[in-house]
This record gives sequence, C-alpha cells and structure tokens, in this order.
Amino acid sequence: MSLMDRKSKKTVTDPMWDNNPISLQVLGICSALAVTVKLDTAFVMSLAVIAVLTLSNTIVSLLRNFIPSKIRILVMLSVIATLVILADLILKALVYDISKQLSVFVGLIITNCIILGRAEAFAMSNPPGKAFLDGLGNGLGYAWILMAVAFFRELFGFGTLFGLNIVPQILYQWGYENNGIMVLAPGAFLLLGVIIWVQRGISGKVED
Amino acid sequence: MHSNRYTILFALLVCVTCSVVLALTAGGLKPVIQRNEAVDIRRNILRALDIHDGRTRIEMDEMNDLYDRHVREFFVDQQGRIQSDVSTDMPGETPDSDMFPVFARVDNGTVTGYGIPISGAGLWSTLYGYIAIEDDGETVMGITFYSHGETPGLGGEVDARWFTDNFVGKKIFDDDGVLRSITVVKGAIPPDTPETQRRHMVDGISGATMTGNGINVFLERDLQRYEPFLQTVRRGEIPQIPGV
Repeated sequence: MSLMDRKSKKTVTDPMWDNNPISLQVLGICSALAVTVKLDTAFVMSLAVIAVLTLSNTIVSLLRNFIPSKIRILVMLSVIATLVILADLILKALVYDISKQLSVFVGLIITNCIILGRAEAFAMSNPPGKAFLDGLGNGLGYAWILMAVAFFRELFGFGTLFGLNIVPQILYQWGYENNGIMVLAPGAFLLLGVIIWVQRGISGKVED
Repeated sequence: MHSNRYTILFALLVCVTCSVVLALTAGGLKPVIQRNEAVDIRRNILRALDIHDGRTRIEMDEMNDLYDRHVREFFVDQQGRIQSDVSTDMPGETPDSDMFPVFARVDNGTVTGYGIPISGAGLWSTLYGYIAIEDDGETVMGITFYSHGETPGLGGEVDARWFTDNFVGKKIFDDDGVLRSITVVKGAIPPDTPETQRRHMVDGISGATMTGNGINVFLERDLQRYEPFLQTVRRGEIPQIPGV
C-alpha cells in the first residue's frame, strides 16, 4: 500500500492485531457470539459492521467541529442509528434470507460498543480521512475474529463451510459426529476465549 | 461553547436529515422488500405442506411453479363450509373476520393436506406461521414460523428444524374427536407420559418457556376456528375445493 504513509497504515493495521476491538478491548462480544454459527451470516454481519463503522466514523469526523459537545453522544447515536437502519433495509432488499437469520442483530449494531467507541475516541478528534481508515481497521479487526469463530463453529458444528459439505461422509460412517456445543452460544464463548488466549500469547499483551 | 440556540438548531437539523434519508430509502426499497416477504410466505406454505422442505434453495420461478401446481387457496366460514366467492386476496395472517383462509395441498388432483395460518403473541413479539394437517384431519404434516422477534438462540429457535420437526405426526384431535391442539411442554416430555398424551405434546425449547406458552395459546385458538372444517375432513367427507 504505497498510497498510504506509515502512520495511516498503522491506523488500519493496529486494530486488526495489536489493538483488536474484540480480542484486546473485548467489545462487541454480543454479536460475535450470536451470529457466528455459520460463515455466511458472520460474513454479512461483518460487511454491515464495516460499512456502518467506516461511514459513522467519517460522518462524525466531518461534523466534529460543528457538533455541540453537550449533545455529541446523541448526535453520534443518531448518525449510527440512521446508518444501521439503512444497512438493515438494504440487507432486507438484497439478501432477505440472511437478513432474517441475523434478525435483531443487525439492529443491535447500534448498540455495538465498537462503533460508538470509535466515534467518541477517534472520529471526534481526527480528520475524516484518518477516521475512515480507523473505522475500516476496526471493522476488519472485528470481521476477522467473527469469521474465525464462525469458521470453527460451522466446521465442527455442521461439518460444512459456507454451506458446502467439508467433512467427508465416510467419517460420519466411521462414527464421527458433529459437535453440538459449537452450534450453541457457549461454543462461541469457548472459541472466542481460545482465540483471545492464542492472540494475546502471540502479541504478548498482558492485563495490568 | 455553543449557545443553546445553536445546540437546539443543530439537533433539529440532525433529526430532520436522518428522518428524510430514512424515509426516502424505506420508501424506495419497499416494493423489493415486500416482494421478498411474499416469496418467503409462499416458501413457508410449501414447507408446512411438505411440498418442498426448504433445505435446498430453489429459484423463485421454480417455487412459484410448485406453488401454482400444488397449492389451492380457499376460505372456510365458521361452520366449516367452503366459500369460494370471497375476494382472491389471500391474507398472510390469521384474519379477525369470520372467513378463514386454507391452503390445500393437491397432488394429481387429490387433496392431501390443509395448511392454515397461525399467529399470536410469544414473549416479545407476534409470531406468524403455518400449520398443515394431513387429509385425515388430525395429523400434523408440518409447521413453520416465518416471522417473529423472539430472542435468537432461545425463543428464536421456534423456526429451527429440530423444533418444527417434532410437530410432524402429532395429532390435534384425541380418540373421542375432541380438539386437543398440540402443547409445547416445558423442557422435554416426561418419559412416563402415556402415548395417548404424548401424541399431543412436543418438547419445549429450554430457556424459552414463555414463547412455548404463547404458541400453546394461539395454536389452540387458531385451530379452534378451523375445528368445524377439520371435523368434516376428519369424518372423511371430501370437501369440494374450488379449482381441484
């Protein structure tokens, strides 16, 4: 990415690993547990969050010098809520089945701490270009964890990936069984714990 | 520090902008979303009537074709008589009028089952769905829920296969011909339940007793409305369905 200087690049890559919103800041867990049963729902949810996050960061950043500080949280929430409802409508029009499976969780992006958190912590004090990159980075950081959790849950819970059979039929005949706990929320909880453990083991992050 | 006047004006401006954007988008996408919903309703009728199990995806044309070939829509009144000269607009949900829609499954000119819409309150939301009864008038062919806002993973499991599959083969009438509906029990059906009770019960969803209770109430109420019609089917009288 020669278009970006080193600092911009860091704005994007930092939340992907060193400061990941899910595995380091432990934000946005609710949806990470709920929509990761299958890869397709996790994928669509990730796209929706990335879209909302980059747009909300950019819009809030554009408005940052005009927003009265007394009502800044309300303004941010209005912007975020509007974007989320837009995303929900678009999903209903384009991918109705998946939007039904995601049900209330698209609406609940409004309450995803990552989004309001980035708007308040970053977009309010940075120019739009940087805020956009920060939103993109955090969105991607959220997305890859979601996809990783969904990958293992779908593989071990259903024996499929993106709905395609992966585990060969012969294994089932030999007595292999899909793992029931992977389909349930506790499965996501356990997986997420393992991912956070592994990720922190590599990055060397220690809680104070 | 901004003045109060500025703050209020700014807030107003944000509200108006957001509303206009949302209203325009919602209005623009409405036809597409409504079409998606209509297709989804048809898919659920096909699933309840066991014409297409919904496990594999089918194209919209193929689905409409299946629907036109296998499904006949008509109304019954409170006495269970078939009314053919009611407006052709089929409501997707249980009507409050005294005409009740039925979606009959037809195979090679023979009626093999009857789908009826069900709806009512769960815990957080209104559930909408269909239950289909076989041509003996008492055995459940299938049940679906196509719209609800119950907690995903708990009450939201009502549309999951493992739950709806449990209804298949259950009986809504007992041996004396009394309407018993189907009861979603709390937890699993106790193992010592006699078969005469067992065939009117299905396992509940753990953590979603309230949703199950809701289903029990509206399922019985909706079946009650169709009881006269289902009784005639049960007695073996073959109803004259328009278009068959």
